Amino acid sequence: MLIKKPDSIRSSEITSETVYLNRRHFMRGLLGTAALAASGVANAVPEYEFEKDLPIYRGPDWLQQKIRASARNQAFSTDEKLTPYFHVMSYNNFYEFGTGKKDPARNAQGFKTDPWKVEISGEVGKPGVYNLEDIIQPHKLEERIYRLRCVEAWSMVVPWIGLPLGDLLKQFEPTSKAKYVEFTTLHDPEQMPGQRSRFSTLDWPYVEGLRIDEAMHPLTLLAVGVYGNAMPPQNGAPLRLVVPWKYGFKSIKSIVRIRLTDKMPKTSWNLMAPHEYGFYSNVNPDVDHPRWSQATERRLPSSLFRPNRVETLPFNGYADEVAELYRGMDLSKWF
Amino acid sequence: MTTGKQSNTWLRLLEWWLVFLLPLVPLALLTYNAWIFNLGADPAQEIVLETGVWAINLLWITLAITPLRRIFKIHWPMRYRRMLGLYSLFYAVVHLLSFATFILGWQWALLLKELVERPYIVVGALALLMLVPLGITSTQKMQRRLGKNWLRLHKLVYPISLLVMVHIIWQIRSDFGEQLLYGVLLTLLLGTRVYFYLQKKTRVWRAAKAA
Repeated sequence: MLIKKPDSIRSSEITSETVYLNRRHFMRGLLGTAALAASGVANAVPEYEFEKDLPIYRGPDWLQQKIRASARNQAFSTDEKLTPYFHVMSYNNFYEFGTGKKDPARNAQGFKTDPWKVEISGEVGKPGVYNLEDIIQPHKLEERIYRLRCVEAWSMVVPWIGLPLGDLLKQFEPTSKAKYVEFTTLHDPEQMPGQRSRFSTLDWPYVEGLRIDEAMHPLTLLAVGVYGNAMPPQNGAPLRLVVPWKYGFKSIKSIVRIRLTDKMPKTSWNLMAPHEYGFYSNVNPDVDHPRWSQATERRLPSSLFRPNRVETLPFNGYADEVAELYRGMDLSKWF
Repeated sequence: MTTGKQSNTWLRLLEWWLVFLLPLVPLALLTYNAWIFNLGADPAQEIVLETGVWAINLLWITLAITPLRRIFKIHWPMRYRRMLGLYSLFYAVVHLLSFATFILGWQWALLLKELVERPYIVVGALALLMLVPLGITSTQKMQRRLGKNWLRLHKLVYPISLLVMVHIIWQIRSDFGEQLLYGVLLTLLLGTRVYFYLQKKTRVWRAAKAA
């Protein structure tokens, strides 16, 4: 005879280890916030707590010191829930390291980001090739929590650390002929396996660009760190652009050249498929990508039974700040 | 000898179980990784992508069985052609259901919109729709009942495979390496059919001329 003894604890009641650990993680985070509020320095960059086995990128000493001295710019930060560090550093579009979302985290770990030089050229009073340290050192770094909207219709909320691009550009004295800024990513097929792919229709090196008023806009950030530490290589270390009201691909990574020019730069995705990716690429729910809708986005991380779909906002929710830059322009033509 | 026959039966049984279980491995891994939250920031996308990839892999494998037999004289996979074809259909159904559940959350309005705005979804859905009757008529009973028409009906797998190619080519962002690989393999697989067809034609033509 089979006697079935009822289990005293149903398996559905047992908290899985992951959830258990996450809960501890969550509580540590709460404690951190409480301590922060008590200390009264509401705008300091918090010490984020991570799960033990996640890699943290310290960067060179000078950068670590700058980051420690930085503060959060509350006025320029959203209070939306942050996308966890783990996802920010393991779900990336950085085709130089592979086209899969997990490829950059896998392939960029040996990427050499220090020492790093940046060439400033074109319509500036002080062109030259500079050490990253020398061009960052004069500025105070700040943390800004921005929404990041990918053209593929997913989004994240990321705490970046950096400086306004405009502040950095002014240091090199742009001339009156500087109408656009062109950025170039490192071209190094030895280090970047994606640049060795024979089946890519993107031309290397990756080039992006902004109009000068976009570049000078206070929201436009040159980022050197994320989540209270240096930028992980897969996120575009050591220097990347963050333009929160444009689709993510405008925010070029691992920059080695900044050129000011009087002509609209020829940008990589636009060159490859001009009808799909415009020069401006402002986030716009009313202008669809020819192959998919831009009306909504999935906020990551999403769980399986809650797709986490949210409405996409014009200029990714930064319309109050930036819409005037495009006054009088037909945004369906200048997409 | 009975012992020889018996070990043969055992081997055959082992072979059947292996072929039956192997195609389930990707789904098992996917389920396990979803269970332990190991699919990254966008598990929905990961599941949809992976099940789609395996629907294609299994369809290509199914298409490889006839050339294996006719060119390389390898006959044993023929026994599993139906099973592998059904597995391809199975993964395609899971692919579509995952898309509807995990990405769209069964919002019908959204589904309609996506169908209009992402035409590659329509093409994929059409391929799946055409695969369904092949699955239904895959039993031996149906095969006998349909007779000659069974073969005719199951030639649908060729246009289906072409629709599948359109479905994945339409989604190329910048790198077309994967699509190229699937395309080359499919060209080889369908090419053998064209070759055998032409061979048969010339044989008939020569016979007619000789007579």
